[in-house]
Amino acid sequence: MSLVKCTLKELQDRFTRGDVSAVEIVRAYFLRIGVVESKVKAYITLNDKEAMLSQAQALDDALSAWRRTEPMMAMPIAIKDNICTEGLPTTCGSRILGGFSPPYSATAVDALRAQQCFLIGKTNLDEFGMGSSTEYSAFGPSRNPWKLSCVPGGSSGGSAAAVAADECVAALGTDTGGSIRQPAACCGVVGLKPTYGRVSRYGLIAFASSLDQIGPITKDVMDAALMLNVLAGHDPRDSTSADKPVPDFTRAFKKKDVKKLTIGVPLEFFAEGLDPEVNDAVGEALAVLEELGGTIHEVSLPHTGVAVATYYIVATAEASSNLARYDGVKYGFRAKESPDLLEMYRITRQEGFGPEVKRRIMLGTYALSSGYYDAYYAKAQAVRTLIRQDFDRVFQDVDLLVTPVMPTPAFQLGEKIEDPLQMYLSDLYTISASLAGIPAISLPCGLSRKGLPIGMQILGRPFEEDVVLRAARAYELATDWHKKRPLIRQGR
Amino acid sequence: MSIEMTQVEHVADLARLQLSREELERLSTQLSRILTYMEELNAVDTMDIPGTTSVVAGDANVLREDEVQPSLSKVHALSNAPEAVDGLFQVPQIIGDR
Repeated sequence: MSLVKCTLKELQDRFTRGDVSAVEIVRAYFLRIGVVESKVKAYITLNDKEAMLSQAQALDDALSAWRRTEPMMAMPIAIKDNICTEGLPTTCGSRILGGFSPPYSATAVDALRAQQCFLIGKTNLDEFGMGSSTEYSAFGPSRNPWKLSCVPGGSSGGSAAAVAADECVAALGTDTGGSIRQPAACCGVVGLKPTYGRVSRYGLIAFASSLDQIGPITKDVMDAALMLNVLAGHDPRDSTSADKPVPDFTRAFKKKDVKKLTIGVPLEFFAEGLDPEVNDAVGEALAVLEELGGTIHEVSLPHTGVAVATYYIVATAEASSNLARYDGVKYGFRAKESPDLLEMYRITRQEGFGPEVKRRIMLGTYALSSGYYDAYYAKAQAVRTLIRQDFDRVFQDVDLLVTPVMPTPAFQLGEKIEDPLQMYLSDLYTISASLAGIPAISLPCGLSRKGLPIGMQILGRPFEEDVVLRAARAYELATDWHKKRPLIRQGR
Repeated sequence: MSIEMTQVEHVADLARLQLSREELERLSTQLSRILTYMEELNAVDTMDIPGTTSVVAGDANVLREDEVQPSLSKVHALSNAPEAVDGLFQVPQIIGDR
């Protein structure tokens, strides 16, 4: 089997056994990138090939004497470009961070680097993570490897496309309202949003701080667990990171069934607007989980219908505050003609931000402005409490919830770009878990008639990623959707 | 809910965005549509429901000792500045005659 087709686990095993050298790994991935990247456009920045080859050679030399390896050693990992990487430009897909080279790395990146992985490149995203298609990137959209005329989803669309197109073995994404799970579903790969606080946000460039989480995008569920093992844990540099013990998440896979697990199916997620093909694929997945020993219950999350409105107030309010730091003074882009300080701020921000970021800054500023704060922001925070309480209530009766990831398979490039509200509504099924802070995984469960991947979502109680992963892995072992790979060609 | 042009201009001013006429007009329409959609929240009874500011369990403050620790050097901190002079960030003149 070609090296680039390997899962993370398979590549680790081959490297540990000495079947493949670090140099061969780097060569194989750069060869693959050379063939498909001009079509997929997953990356904003690629790391320097020669520098990586010398890093690989040094690893191979050291290992010939001493064969013990760290799990991530020599693994080519892609990083979403809103996560700081020391010495590698970090753009957030925005003009306003033009020329920015972070003086430090995110804790999640340091954890991977400490095990001597290869940071193969920085992946494309909707500007500052604001979007569901990568079409809002200042660097142009990425393409869906399954059909190049379709979006890869977003905002971590570059990471999902890079994994699906075998341009890296695994990737980091970030999820604020679905930005790991939705692109994973669009591209037929696995995406895990951990519990809020499970992974340090230090060095993740903030969009909405009460929602943002870093998580893995991988070829299968096993790989997601292997990545989470490296990423999870308390970090004194992020006071919202949880000081909780981190299990070996692969231990959850000792059980290859879902016996004694009760699975809830929230009716509100299977209502009007759900594509029949997605409905059927998730329905069949539920039948598989039942065969594997799960007990299926219908449940209700009554506030699901107002989650999108709640999210787009909370997230934009936080964004308007977080993005106030881009003023042309400390880093990034500064407008040339600036007669005085205030003009400099205004022109820099006008020229530096793209249309969707401006729209969200405006919406958030409005929601926080004097006279509207209570009607919008305070109201949304209260509804967020009700949404959390919905989950608390159903998780007394069920261990997991299963839902679709998005209402339809990947849409066409350009289809929703002129209609921001339609774009927001494509996050319908992923937003609730973000507002509640609970873990959720997206994994492939079917292909549409047009040959586009369909994803299912499994949600669990806070810090019960192990239960989520166990059910996802059991499903994966019983089916072969995760083994399907795109044949990259021009879409009709 | 429709949002007046003067309001859009006021919000743009608060957000320090020098939007073009065209952008202001487009945003006025788009924000009106989005805010209308958000009115569905008014149908939810939130009487006596406390707001969620954080999903971190306990909502307790996380404190630490105020100890001096290594941090970014001045050179590093200034390395990305569009303009810097004498170890300081440089901005257009604020005080006095131009």
